Amino acid sequence: MPVQQLEKIFDDKLEKEIRIEPRDWMPDNYRKNLIRMIGQHAHSEIVGMLPEGEWITRAPSLRRKATLLAKVQDEAGHGLYLYAAAETMGISREEMNDQLLTGKAKYSSIFNYPTLTWADIGAIGWLVDGAAIMNQVPLCRTSYGPYARAMIRVCKEESFHQRQGFEILLTLCRGSKEQKEMAQDALNRWWWPSLMMFGPNDDNSPHTAQSMKWKIKRFTNDELRQKFVDICTDQAKVLGLTIPDPDLKWNEEKKQYDFGKINWDEFWNVVNGNGPCNKERIAARIKAHEDGKWVREAAEAYASKKKNVKAA
Amino acid sequence: MSENHINISTNQPFNYCLHLADNSLIMGHRLSEWTGHGPMLEQDIAISNIALDLIGQSRNFYQYAAQLKGEGTTEDSLAYLREANEFKNILLVELPNGDWAKTILKLFFFSTYQYYLYQKLINSSDKQLSAIAEKSLKEVTYHLRWSSEWVIRLGDGTEESNKRIKNALDELWAYTGEMFLPSTYETEYAENNIGVDVSSIKIDWDKKVNEIFEEATLPSPNGEGLGVRSFGKEGNHTQHLQAILKDMQYLQRAYPGCEW
Ligand SMILES: [Fe+2]
Ligand SMILES: [Fe+2]
Repeated sequence: MPVQQLEKIFDDKLEKEIRIEPRDWMPDNYRKNLIRMIGQHAHSEIVGMLPEGEWITRAPSLRRKATLLAKVQDEAGHGLYLYAAAETMGISREEMNDQLLTGKAKYSSIFNYPTLTWADIGAIGWLVDGAAIMNQVPLCRTSYGPYARAMIRVCKEESFHQRQGFEILLTLCRGSKEQKEMAQDALNRWWWPSLMMFGPNDDNSPHTAQSMKWKIKRFTNDELRQKFVDICTDQAKVLGLTIPDPDLKWNEEKKQYDFGKINWDEFWNVVNGNGPCNKERIAARIKAHEDGKWVREAAEAYASKKKNVKAA
Repeated sequence: MSENHINISTNQPFNYCLHLADNSLIMGHRLSEWTGHGPMLEQDIAISNIALDLIGQSRNFYQYAAQLKGEGTTEDSLAYLREANEFKNILLVELPNGDWAKTILKLFFFSTYQYYLYQKLINSSDKQLSAIAEKSLKEVTYHLRWSSEWVIRLGDGTEESNKRIKNALDELWAYTGEMFLPSTYETEYAENNIGVDVSSIKIDWDKKVNEIFEEATLPSPNGEGLGVRSFGKEGNHTQHLQAILKDMQYLQRAYPGCEW
């Protein structure tokens, strides 16, 4: 079939909201774009285990310990679904992992910030998982079938994480003066990086227009960021915390909050590897990979021995 | 409730319950150190799952112990406000994880122990302990299968994995003896039919270990572990437990009396 005809079938499917499936023809750039996006997403889940994982052994109650452990484990599960979705596009997990470890593939920059206090676990759940949901709910309708289906499973768990995070902060805000200060301090540190999670402004986002056309993305970065600000501002009131933005105020005309300028220098600086924890995060992934090498080899060797016995 | 009360005033298995809880908590805590650092994603998930099961078991035992103690005791006051010398876990579970082989072998020894222990604890005259044992046994059955499979895989995998699990055996074997040496409270509750006579499960434990070791092409371990008296069970711990508790209890100690 000539390419034009294949393209037409592809475009028709997008038009009619029919999902693109692994065996369907798709433009090279659509594939490349999705591999990049799903890979980045998967890596974010895996690297995202690290900052919160540091608090499993220090969680302040048995209930918190169990919930945090379950949460971090969920993130590993998300990584697994996403790697599997990317693999349907013809890239292997080893290749993706290699891209992560060599710095060729990116992951969400938010995980390059440190978790300094227990309140950070609350702030991450509330804001980081909250922003993730904002990004991911529309992805449940993304045009590529395996990605959309992975997102449906992921989103259910993310909203659970978000509520748990909020509840951690609520407990702190109702607690002692020190606990409330801890919560405010965490919000001060996590607020702006969370807004950056939606990516550059629309006029500065090279992939957005094409991704919208392909129906990979359904909303622009700025649209999603605005929704996030509106929701979180109201939730912060419930907590009794102050969002660290002097320019944040209700705009009656637009029926939404105006907010201050994001420090994009900081954003690009962290994206380009100079955040507070970039090196540490990748070093932890490399260490797990290298320490695990002999284990994977042993598992393979044993599996092939068993296979040979069966064959013989 | 009141009837129950009469029973426990004479036979409260408080210490026994703490011992079971501490074993599960400290083992679960150790395993959770792997979360995010496992050798492959699937196994990272599996080991975190086992850690979760064990922490869940410990909570059941702590909650029961707290109920027996009364006076405002909670699962968290028991886990977070006791000193190292008040913990009653066996030394095996507090040892550092080491490499994957050491973690696996430690879990295998422990799961085998829990498996036979809970099988008997189901028959406890104490209904609560029996119920917790029954629920936990389902989980432990899986832990035992999972860790056995890994012992076999590592023993019969590559030269390196075989060497590593043998090293782990050298390091761990001495600590297995404590499991079967009853502490004063274990003896007391075994006699009352509330607890399990741990010396009675040694035969089954040995048999299982030998069976899995054989399949793993590992030499059958011999010699008794660790001396004539129990250590961790009576509160005599290694420095490793202090390090665990320093981390684990840090927030509760730094901000006393807070809700979290
Ligand atoms: Fe996630
Ligand atoms: Fe999450």
